Amino acid sequence: MLTCKQASEIISQSYDRRLSWRERLSLRLHLLICDACTNFAKHMRFLRQAARRFVQGQAEADEQVRLSAEAVARIKQELARQQKR
Amino acid sequence: MATSEAAPTSPQDWLDQHGDVLYRYAYFRLRDSAQAEDLVQETLLAAWQARQRFSGRSTERTWLIGILKNKLVDYFRKHREQPLGDIADTDAEVDALFENDADQHWRISPMDWANPTQALQQKQFWKVFTACIDALPPRQAQVFSLCELDELDNDEACKVLGVAPTNLWVMLHRARLRLRQCLETSWFGHEGGR
Repeated sequence: MLTCKQASEIISQSYDRRLSWRERLSLRLHLLICDACTNFAKHMRFLRQAARRFVQGQAEADEQVRLSAEAVARIKQELARQQKR
Repeated sequence: MATSEAAPTSPQDWLDQHGDVLYRYAYFRLRDSAQAEDLVQETLLAAWQARQRFSGRSTERTWLIGILKNKLVDYFRKHREQPLGDIADTDAEVDALFENDADQHWRISPMDWANPTQALQQKQFWKVFTACIDALPPRQAQVFSLCELDELDNDEACKVLGVAPTNLWVMLHRARLRLRQCLETSWFGHEGGR
């Protein structure tokens, strides 16, 4: 039988690696009888979702970010130089 | 020289077609325009030298981003502050979340957050979210941002940090427990969250 601490470890790791069937089974059994860990599992799902949304939001905020004309010119020059070698 | 029918071309053409996308990808993760520009240049050079290996199974852009990602991992490895502090064997604050007996129950049970996704629409929530990440111990913040925000996979993150996967998982577990706790205390446990 898993303790809550162990259950929280397995729930967390389910976002990092594939769980074994044994882990999945014991986790499911634990969650059947434990509201606290069931809430925790939902919170972890939320956390992943929030992180994804955060990244997406940043990316949209960066939409205007682009290489400056000077940078493009400089990089092209460098690429040409390296190709000749 | 291997001639592929769709012969691009030159690295300069790649720069015109994909430069901004590559730059944005690097800039988002480095927050430093000069470094991001350098990585774009390095990526295009490396891609040009390896152009025979481009199989055409992915799009050119995906292929270039893959190369850029490798460059980023190398960059993190070299330049990010060395693994901040050592991997503490314990994290007292995290241990304190559970009873110290055989059952290891939660000292305070995680609450029901009702409808958490609503928070994602609120500006104020994102302030709390970033404040909670900033409040993590430096090494946990580093691990969390590499894995969850920079979206490195396990292998890449382990390479950057020089740790084994099991250590990575321990650190992520601690980071997530703390973040959860912080969000509950600062947002979901409050009026602000409703």
